[in-house]
Amino acid sequence: MAVTGIVLVLFLIAHMLGNLKIFTGAVSFNHYAEWLRELGAPLLPGVWALWILRIGLVVAVVAHIWAATTLAVRARAARPVRYAHRSKVQGSYAARTMRWGGVIILLFVIYHILDLTTGTLNPVGDPTRPYANVVADFAPERWYVTLFYTLAIVTIGFHLRHGVFSALRSLGQQTPRGERRARAVALVFAVALCAGYLVVPFAVLTGLVS
Amino acid sequence: MNLTLRIWRQSGPQDKGRMVTYKVDDVSPDMSFLEMLDVLNERLILAGEEPVAFDHDCREGICGMCGLMINGNAHGPQRGTTACQLHMRQFSDGDTIDIEPWRARAFPVIKDLVVDRDAFDRIIAAGGYVTAPTGSAPEAHSTPVAKANADAAFESAACIGCGACVAACPNGSGMLFTAAKVTQLSLLPQGQPERYTRVIGMVDAHDEAGFGGCTNAGECTVVCPKGIPLNTIGRLNRDYLAATRKGGSNTPGS
Repeated sequence: MAVTGIVLVLFLIAHMLGNLKIFTGAVSFNHYAEWLRELGAPLLPGVWALWILRIGLVVAVVAHIWAATTLAVRARAARPVRYAHRSKVQGSYAARTMRWGGVIILLFVIYHILDLTTGTLNPVGDPTRPYANVVADFAPERWYVTLFYTLAIVTIGFHLRHGVFSALRSLGQQTPRGERRARAVALVFAVALCAGYLVVPFAVLTGLVS
Repeated sequence: MNLTLRIWRQSGPQDKGRMVTYKVDDVSPDMSFLEMLDVLNERLILAGEEPVAFDHDCREGICGMCGLMINGNAHGPQRGTTACQLHMRQFSDGDTIDIEPWRARAFPVIKDLVVDRDAFDRIIAAGGYVTAPTGSAPEAHSTPVAKANADAAFESAACIGCGACVAACPNGSGMLFTAAKVTQLSLLPQGQPERYTRVIGMVDAHDEAGFGGCTNAGECTVVCPKGIPLNTIGRLNRDYLAATRKGGSNTPGS
């Protein structure tokens, strides 16, 4: 869980930084998108490097889901008779919503790829004009798209708030002081990442990017 | 105080079991939770009914025998307290209280609220000891132990093995117990020779017993009557990582 999670977190950071290039204007943003496709050239031809990264990500996602499923199956088997009375969460809300949160994130990722990678569900859907795709996507009359993105990003935030701490713990974080630090790092990171992602749709919604 | 109790009744391991409602009147707020159950049992016996079976021994919060899921909380609503040290003043007149046994595949119900915690003994048998007899307490300065390590080992050694961590865990994992029993030895000089075979053996025994996997949810440490901190599991993880990296023979006791 921890190792695949870290791979996905690194992707999330790179993806967020890339998104923020939208504030540098249409030409620069489109150029960045074009550069991504030619990444690794001239060593690797065309979109090879991009596909290698994509395959790496898919492997990480599948391994992450496989590990999570194994844990969930074990958890179900470990308690065959349920409690008649189960009090609500005492530990952390983020920790208890990891599994359903993960499912929501997976559904969001599928929608997100159909929306802004393949363009199938995008009103513009032109792969050569990513800037136009983004602006059309989060237009004020399509407020429900922005709402869905916001919910999904907040879910990712909760997932990271527990996930980052839990990964550090799994990899051997062991002191009480370190635990406070790891929790603080997880919280700050989750909030910063949420803010970095949400600033794009809201900039479009408010007309800052058009 | 007048209370309504909904108690899990199960005549034996094969019985399906069900929640049964009992009214208990004139409960003193100064009674302990177990004394309140004693009162109920006396009345049941006088009425010719089968009394409710529940585990208890010292009734002063140190033996680890008692363990009840009270309104969905392991050991009840008061933190850092075993069920025997919980007093009825924590409840109000007219309350309905649900009482269930620990629920885990590794802890099968023997009768009513009594569960079989042999699984914990099997984890201990897989390495939770020091093989070489080390005699009485050594002279304090002959083998220096860092204060922080001594304190952390003592904190782990406070575990009474009641099983509340398993009962509260959303994954039914016994990792807090296992971690406490591993680290009380791995932090001290006496535990070093078997440090890495111990952690592998005990985690394997934990998994074989049918406990779930830890996801660092943190419910265990909230209900632990001895306040074993969650970072104890981090210490176990680090030893486990070191042990798996070392390779070679990981047979406990080798």
